[in-house]
Amino acid sequence: MSTLHTVNKSAFERNSLESCLSVCKADASVLLIEDAVVSALQGTSVSDQIKQATDKGIKVFALGEDIKARGLSEKPLMDQITLVDYSGFVKLTTENDRVQNWL
Amino acid sequence: MKFTIQVNTGPYTHQASDSAYQFTRAAIDAGHDIHRIFFYHDGVNNATEYSVPPQDDRNLQQLWSSLAAEHNLDMIVCVAAAQRRGILDEGESKKNGKSGVNIAPGFQISGLGQLIEGGVQSDRLVVFGD
Amino acid sequence: MSNTKTFVYINRKAPYGTVYALESLEVVLIGAAFEQNVKLVFMDDGVFQLTNAQDPEGIGMKNFSKTYAALGDYDINQIYIDQQSLDDRGLTIDDLQALVYEDEDDDWNEKSSIHLVNREQLSDIIDSADVLLNF
Repeated sequence: MSTLHTVNKSAFERNSLESCLSVCKADASVLLIEDAVVSALQGTSVSDQIKQATDKGIKVFALGEDIKARGLSEKPLMDQITLVDYSGFVKLTTENDRVQNWL
Repeated sequence: MKFTIQVNTGPYTHQASDSAYQFTRAAIDAGHDIHRIFFYHDGVNNATEYSVPPQDDRNLQQLWSSLAAEHNLDMIVCVAAAQRRGILDEGESKKNGKSGVNIAPGFQISGLGQLIEGGVQSDRLVVFGD
Repeated sequence: MSNTKTFVYINRKAPYGTVYALESLEVVLIGAAFEQNVKLVFMDDGVFQLTNAQDPEGIGMKNFSKTYAALGDYDINQIYIDQQSLDDRGLTIDDLQALVYEDEDDDWNEKSSIHLVNREQLSDIIDSADVLLNF
């Protein structure tokens, strides 16, 4: 009975990602969309937080369309992050039992 | 699977209604059933027919209206939120002594109960907002 | 599947600065008529929604905070407040309204609706939900 969490705010501006990760169970998935995709880049001040989460077993995804829109497709993403597109987003909502949207 | 989608922001200021639109299309493409799209807070502004964005920009209201027509979607605008923000259908306009009607095709004004009912009836509720 | 679902409302925004707190409360009150299992969570800046001395007269807005006290009458009595969010903001439970309900299974004794929880308990509450509403 797992939960998909979506985060849409930049972790450099708001605490949504931090709050989200603090209540994620090990079987949870987190999808970064909209401004939150900036947290997926390598070597940022939140990379450690994301790594700690994935070390616990949490799966972290980022929406490719949002990364591309922001001119970040060529930038290396954290190894721990899996890219998905909108159909992957839909699939994630069906593979988990509920969706928690951190607005 | 049956989805209800909640949209909490107006078009253009936030990306959320664009994201909701893209998600809805992807869910339909994957063969899922969209039980309802519920527009709340400033999300009701997606329903105004009076918006005239520049021609080279997307027109979210028209995108929603076309999607609704094509797939027979139930798009509900919360009545309390809509009244606060000046989104009126003919009934609400008359009742409140206003002269215009601005709700776009495919949108319907109804109560918050429709959001809860969407949550009860659907397998998933996905919320897009600020 | 039974027709009763668990609805969890997550409130994370302060009142007055944006409309979310007020319009969330409106959903909760309307939703009460659907007789679902309802839990309210207040975390992050959402804990400011329940402060007990709100007076928005000077900013020209309605004081809707009194309405929270009526939640018990709507059978909404599972209210969870994140302790860490209080701590982070220098608040204690005494800064918040006391929300109570009358327990029909216990001779209508008045009981507190408020439960202070930690993040681990919050993750259990989220995972207990069929439907999550975020404001």
